[in-house]
Amino acid sequence: MKAPRVWSWIALTLGLLYFFLPLIGTIEFSLRKRRGEYSLDAYRWVFEDPKFRETFSYSVVMALFTIVVGVLIVVPTAYWVRLKFPRLRPLVEFVTLLPLVIPPIVIVFGYIRLYNTSSFLPLTGTASGTNLLLMMGYATLSLPYMYRAVDTGLRTIDVRTLTEAAQSLGANWPTIIGRVIMPNVLVAVMSGAFLTFAIVIGEFVMAALLNRPAFGPYLQLIGANRAYEPAALAVIAFSITWICMGLIQLATLLTRHSRPPRS
Amino acid sequence: MPLAWLGMVPFTLFAVLFLILPTMNIVVGAFQTPDGTPTFRNVLNLFQPSILSAYWISIRISVASALAGCLIGFAMAAAITLGGLPQWIRGPLLTFSGVASNFAGVPLAFAFLATLGRLGLVTVILKDWFGINIYGLGFNLLSFWGLTLVYLFFQIPLMILIITPALDGLKKEWREAAEILGASGPQYWRMVALPILLPSLLGTFALLFANAFGAVATAYALTGSSLSIVPIVLFAQIRGDVLQDPHLGYALAFGMIVVTGIANGIYVWLRARTERWTR
Repeated sequence: MKAPRVWSWIALTLGLLYFFLPLIGTIEFSLRKRRGEYSLDAYRWVFEDPKFRETFSYSVVMALFTIVVGVLIVVPTAYWVRLKFPRLRPLVEFVTLLPLVIPPIVIVFGYIRLYNTSSFLPLTGTASGTNLLLMMGYATLSLPYMYRAVDTGLRTIDVRTLTEAAQSLGANWPTIIGRVIMPNVLVAVMSGAFLTFAIVIGEFVMAALLNRPAFGPYLQLIGANRAYEPAALAVIAFSITWICMGLIQLATLLTRHSRPPRS
Repeated sequence: MPLAWLGMVPFTLFAVLFLILPTMNIVVGAFQTPDGTPTFRNVLNLFQPSILSAYWISIRISVASALAGCLIGFAMAAAITLGGLPQWIRGPLLTFSGVASNFAGVPLAFAFLATLGRLGLVTVILKDWFGINIYGLGFNLLSFWGLTLVYLFFQIPLMILIITPALDGLKKEWREAAEILGASGPQYWRMVALPILLPSLLGTFALLFANAFGAVATAYALTGSSLSIVPIVLFAQIRGDVLQDPHLGYALAFGMIVVTGIANGIYVWLRARTERWTR
């Protein structure tokens, strides 16, 4: 097996070169703002820009609301489907995968047409209505990831027995979902939540077309008008993605240790 | 237990209001005239040179980036699964793939501009150290191949993530059996491994194709509106009705659903066939 190993190293090295050069290039470029020496000037400019703070906090708040709404919709539904309507599972799974099939730009196009000021539900007429619409759009985008994470989490527990045990102890439905099911799938919910966060923070198309002051359109605007600051923003955005993914890994590691393997 | 249906109401309402109705609205709009009578004219109007060329360049970029993503991703996945590399490389590479496959969008465009733009790190190093001026040689990041190169940043990791389990599913016994029967390495690949992997490879290709076809943000941040791929034309259409025919815009969006729908359909169909082997 000598020859394959040489090829493996070549494939891996070329691949890693392709992935790391842009990362190194971005970091290097972001430090170049001051002529002749490396400095953090681009980062200082970004952090001092009030628009950065506004759009970034807007997107963070949107992400948190999206996560709450996503969890409230997905966890009870995934639980209910497993408990009461196992035959509906393929259908529900299919619906949750649709956002991967229908491009986000088409979904938001539909929103603009369906919820305009002269429609039955004129959400785009007010700022708060549009915020709500954008949040629902984000919830749609994260639906495939959230649902799959939660459904996988539910697979590892015995939903029926837990429910019956809770019921015979006198628990009602909110108690069962909130205090029995939820703690058991918390890790899965968390990994879905971090992914949602990463998606919402960088999202561009929906926010731009709904005209909301989110971080994605801000990135695009800076990219069109500044030289070195976009690279600094890319480094910031990449760090956020990395942190979110790192937290998912951490969440997965925690499950592996806290739960005995099932056969 | 008739009340059990109530538990499905929130999800159904959410899916209908924010996923199904908006999409149906676009699809129905594509087959209507402005005053609401049914027509095929909008869809037929898609077959005009400017729109056809937008679809054509979109399809070519998606095919090119999916093909290259499949090849390179396959080589890297094969390197970590079958290539005899140290075990510790595998975990970090898969984690990194999980991150990079989600790193599409505006920041990705910035990263490549900072690396291969006119003043980018690699451009400058090639020019100063090796005397190679890639822009003098005709390279341009804001072009077909430039965009394809950028898309590979999320295409390759996606391929690695999907194909690694399939490569793990190749049983050692198959290779041993082939060798005992006198097969050489290439023969084993051509006659045993590739036929088994083919559905996964084609399926992943379809998935990568759809992935590239629907991407807007990266292309928009990279090229503005200078490269007329379908999502960018649609973006401009939604913003300012550049086609001067709203219903042609719906038809354009409908066309996107059809293309990504077919690609995903192929992926699902082929995946069902693959599962026979990975069980």
